[in-house]
Amino acid sequence: MLLSPSRLMAQPAKTSIKAVPLRHPFRWAAALYFVVLAAAFLLDAFHRSAYDWKSFRKYIFEARVFKAAGVTLSLTIISMFLAILLGIVLAVMRRSPNPVFRNVSWVFIWIFRGTPVYVQLVFWGLLSTIYHSFFIGIPDIHFGHFYLGVHFPISQTASLYWLAIIGLSLNEAAYMAEIVRAGLLSVDTGQEEAAESLGMSWWTTMRFIVIPQAMRIIIPPTGNEIISMLKTTSLVTAVPLVTDLYARTRNISDEIYNPIPLLMVACTWYLFFTTILMFVQYFVEKRFARGHSPLSGVQS
Amino acid sequence: MTNSPMVSAVEIHKSFGSNEVLKGINLEVNKGEVLCLIGPSGSGKSTFLRCINHLEKIDSGRLSVDGAIIGYREHNGKLYELKPSEAAKQRSGIGMVFQRFNLFPHMTALDNVTSGMIRVQSIDKDTATKEGMALLDRVGLSEKANHYPAHLSGGQQQRVAIARALAMKPKLMLFDEPTSALDPELVGEVLDVMKGLAQSGMTMLVVTHEMGFAKEVADSVIFMDNGVVVESGKPSDVLNNPQHERTKSFLSKVI
Repeated sequence: MLLSPSRLMAQPAKTSIKAVPLRHPFRWAAALYFVVLAAAFLLDAFHRSAYDWKSFRKYIFEARVFKAAGVTLSLTIISMFLAILLGIVLAVMRRSPNPVFRNVSWVFIWIFRGTPVYVQLVFWGLLSTIYHSFFIGIPDIHFGHFYLGVHFPISQTASLYWLAIIGLSLNEAAYMAEIVRAGLLSVDTGQEEAAESLGMSWWTTMRFIVIPQAMRIIIPPTGNEIISMLKTTSLVTAVPLVTDLYARTRNISDEIYNPIPLLMVACTWYLFFTTILMFVQYFVEKRFARGHSPLSGVQS
Repeated sequence: MTNSPMVSAVEIHKSFGSNEVLKGINLEVNKGEVLCLIGPSGSGKSTFLRCINHLEKIDSGRLSVDGAIIGYREHNGKLYELKPSEAAKQRSGIGMVFQRFNLFPHMTALDNVTSGMIRVQSIDKDTATKEGMALLDRVGLSEKANHYPAHLSGGQQQRVAIARALAMKPKLMLFDEPTSALDPELVGEVLDVMKGLAQSGMTMLVVTHEMGFAKEVADSVIFMDNGVVVESGKPSDVLNNPQHERTKSFLSKVI
């Protein structure tokens, strides 16, 4: 429809809407209720002797606690790093055209997801009792004392730290494999067809087309898994590794006959780390949302 | 072998389970020829196209592109299945354009175009970028090089997809209903690019419902129905003067 100039002139000027906004009295009431509740709890806690705030202040940055927090953080990062790598390998194996890989991956996930991580950690602690050495090569063939392979003795003092990492990462890898698999399944099959029709090999297609797109689906639950791993490290006492945050703070609490302030110390550190992880996750998610959010329309 | 056909199909059969989709397809496409495949949905034309690119495996018959049997290697009269790397190499000489574009959403238009050059042909990034820009220019999208697919219109996405396929310097281009997923007003820009490509002498197989395009650009038209070739010939014959009842009734509905 064509508008004549006179009708265009007659159009009213654009005015913003003036109206009384909808009131939300219940929101204010609820906010007030929880603020009062929290204030009451905090005021009470501040004066309650069982919390022993003096000890809390004394130990929160104490050298042993500080070091133990470092152990917990390094256990988390190294285990998670290995678990993500192994998880990707397992998930890609599940989709491999090779049936041997598919089945090996299935059995791994079946065992390591199907038993409790605490029990697995106890098993890893007993590794040197079950196996005295491990051998790479062809067993049972030797010429005198020359074996076709290398023996690695597993000493009684095998690093509990690394046994804990092995235990945590193998267990977590089974979960990561399922997360990665869900991510790979979320990528439209047309993507693989397009890549294949360009002549890309199966692995190139996975590496450059499918996995990068799957990352958008994989990252949110992976962030969840990292936070979960941070807390699961408190179970390494099953190995038994006693240098992590939880074991160390419990240990210290035996000195002062009061576990409560040290539990608060441990919780504060755990919360501090998870808060940082939540921030990191936010930025990583933004990075992999390329091509999906309106803000990332043009590459800068 | 300059006189051998670009595509030769002899008695192609293909079933999905108990459903036989192709029931003995015979056809030839000469070099530089543009062939349009028309027919109702479910007639097997898209499946046949996918067989040529080995996205589907045929059950029986003999399908070859530029003298090479698709998916196999012949030695002393015996067929050997190709290794994945050999099959991939064979595919890279055949460009494919999909109904739903299938652009890589995590890459810019330019990266989509250069991905094959860099990852398959191992061309260095600078050369690939230069060639990629030239190809985007050819489809009229050089100013959209840094845009992600989600921020391009359907017509623009399909033009990028055509540029991506051309980047591999294919000897044959397959189009699987390239304009069916587009808004009507965007169909023209994609057909124009295809027209230009046909004029440049590219051998093209086009599954399409665009009868105007078939009439204007195709050298020959094949009408398929229910897994068989019902009628084939010059577009003026098949489209204006169909001989078979089935072709007549189909054309009366789409034109």
